[in-house]
Amino acid sequence: MKYLQEYRNGDCIRTVAAELEKTSSRPWTLMEICGGQTHAIAKYGLQQLLPPGIQLVHGPGCPVCVTPQEIIDGAITIAAMPDVIFCSYGDMLRVPGSVSDLLQVKAGGGDIRIIYSPLQALHLAEQNPNKQVVFLAIGFETTATANALTLSLAKQKSLHNFSALISQFLVAPAIRSICARKDCQIQGFLAAGHVCAITGYEQYHQLAENYHIPIVITGFEPLDIIEGVLRCIRQLEGGHYRVENQYQRAVTQAGNRTAQSLLKTVFKISAQHWRGIGEIPTSGLILKEEYASFDAARRFNLPTSNRADNRGCLSGEILLGLKKPCDCPHFAQKCHPQQPLGAPMVSSEGACAAYYHYRDQVSVNGSALPNSPNR
Amino acid sequence: MCLGIPGKIETIHSASEYERSGKVSFGGISKEVNLSLVPEAGVGDYVIVHVGIAISTIRKEEASKVFKLLKTLG
Ligand code: SF4
Repeated sequence: MKYLQEYRNGDCIRTVAAELEKTSSRPWTLMEICGGQTHAIAKYGLQQLLPPGIQLVHGPGCPVCVTPQEIIDGAITIAAMPDVIFCSYGDMLRVPGSVSDLLQVKAGGGDIRIIYSPLQALHLAEQNPNKQVVFLAIGFETTATANALTLSLAKQKSLHNFSALISQFLVAPAIRSICARKDCQIQGFLAAGHVCAITGYEQYHQLAENYHIPIVITGFEPLDIIEGVLRCIRQLEGGHYRVENQYQRAVTQAGNRTAQSLLKTVFKISAQHWRGIGEIPTSGLILKEEYASFDAARRFNLPTSNRADNRGCLSGEILLGLKKPCDCPHFAQKCHPQQPLGAPMVSSEGACAAYYHYRDQVSVNGSALPNSPNR
Repeated sequence: MCLGIPGKIETIHSASEYERSGKVSFGGISKEVNLSLVPEAGVGDYVIVHVGIAISTIRKEEASKVFKLLKTLG
């Protein structure tokens, strides 16, 4: 398919890899922010194509991984109520709450619908006026935009039986908080292309400047990622720290203004708790007062306690790039996708699950790079 | 779930401000997609679609740049 297959061409990828080999003179550690990129890196064995000194560590950009346990517990409470249709992306069903998960609620008869778009939840609310339809609205700026669109339509249509349980995250404050850590080992970032398609990247210039760190806005196909790495390494080798846009076909500096104004209409910035990491100031998006009637936490009177995250899972260190999944003693032992101990093992964009699914590529060398695999 | 994939717009129809939508083809499979956030996109254009909503129009001139870079390496 156009704009997809050509970015998966093995020869092109190897050409860039060879250039990287020539360019890099010493070890460098880069972090890719987005779980979609983590998934592609594991799937295509990209780490093995890089010169041995270049390490890719995986960032916090997997919404399934960072959604706090109290949101999962709230979702479980609501989904088990009678006369509720609870809508969620499939990945969220197996994320462990403090005692159970949504999958168990579904097995016990809870009306949980797996959706791929929040607009489906809206249609369900229109079709079922006698039910309360609740949507688990998780995600970063990209998904939050879809949530904002859905909520503004719900308001336009005065859908009183529709609400959203909200857990939304902003990328730039997370990058800042990673850079500000004393133990930060990251020397360059591959920023999340689709988040930047919405937000643009004006705000990244200050980050690159303050922390003397190159930031390359990067796409999701293997050729995009390896080119993002090359651009980052060229800067590091040259002693530069600029913002560059590898993903020019989809991202402009200004971003999507229509989406930005929609986000501002529906949401406001707040502090946000990240599972495994803790609270990061100004890193979340919550409903504005005008939209508060669509807040499921309010409508269903959910308690607002921050429960501790769980059971020996290293997700915080994994999501901050301090450890890799294989460093966790539970990896592929007590923790696997059928029985995840922590959220990064659930979604295919979680670093632990990506390593688990592609553990052959991750441990074997990358010479078997496929030319045009399908996702 | 955060995947955004490129598709080609086949038809467009508009109801209200946020209900501009259309059929988008993903390598032969067509799906209904909300196009409100890409007002500049028309039939035949490629857009990046994320959770049923188009978030960005692919700029053809920029799409080939990666390959121009490759030529200089080749
Ligand atoms: S392997 Fe499992 S327990 Fe270990 S960090 Fe990953 S999700 Fe947590």
